[in-house]
Amino acid sequence: MIEERKVFVMDISRDRLELLKEIMAIDFSLVELNLYLDTHPMDQRALRLHNEYVMRSRMLKEKYEKDHAPLTHRFISDCPWEWIEDPWPWEIDYEMGGR
Amino acid sequence: MWIYEKKLQFPAWVEGCDLHIAKLLFAQYGGPDSELSAGLRYLSQRYNMPIPEAKAVLTDIGTEELAHWEIIATLIFKIVDRATPEELIDAGMGPNYIQHGRDVYPNDAAGVPWTAAYIQAIEDPITNLHEDLAAEQKARTTYEHLISSTRDRGVIETLSFLREREVVHFQRFGETLRLVQEHMDNLKHKR
Repeated sequence: MIEERKVFVMDISRDRLELLKEIMAIDFSLVELNLYLDTHPMDQRALRLHNEYVMRSRMLKEKYEKDHAPLTHRFISDCPWEWIEDPWPWEIDYEMGGR
Repeated sequence: MWIYEKKLQFPAWVEGCDLHIAKLLFAQYGGPDSELSAGLRYLSQRYNMPIPEAKAVLTDIGTEELAHWEIIATLIFKIVDRATPEELIDAGMGPNYIQHGRDVYPNDAAGVPWTAAYIQAIEDPITNLHEDLAAEQKARTTYEHLISSTRDRGVIETLSFLREREVVHFQRFGETLRLVQEHMDNLKHKR
């Protein structure tokens, strides 16, 4: 491509970024609890924490998908099909001013 | 099955344009001890695991490795996104640019394409889990080499997260190995 190439990495609104990062953090906690529970299936404290985080994650995702964009293809879309909208996860500037 | 979630596991970011580290990051994208090797190794080994805990651990860690593979690609992509062909060639990424452009192709830091010969799946759960423990340590060491090779704060922060995951996975595989050994001992006593 000899012509000028467009840069893909972009900013999203501060509100959206903060909510997205909160979801990423809580879902990471869920991954960590998932692995821990796989080898400690009788740990009631971890189970309680897992169940609490699931509720919190669901709530935040519902808000994100309502206010901003779909997180999976399993959502009710307006026309045109919203799933294909930019940015994709690898294109988001998570630090605002970094990239 | 798997379903794509439109988010990363960690907010991977880069501060500047360290093209030298972009080239070296391919070690973790398509190298022998890469996230790709880890993911395919664990997901190939899960079918004959004798206890539910082991099937779960291999499925879940295998899945997490694919999320890490995506994070490594994101770091590389964010660095090369703004680089000109001249800059890529000057930084030693010429061969990569000529053959793959700015696409993130699964080869290692020296351009050697990924191969399934890097991984094993041999049915015996004790043998498989020992390979997995070694794999986590090799990946941790690779991350330490990478972290000491850049001053980009974003890259260092992201790689430090991934390095910690190797430590946690090693822990979980160690517990899984112990559970499998206990299970096999119990079978012996019953006989």
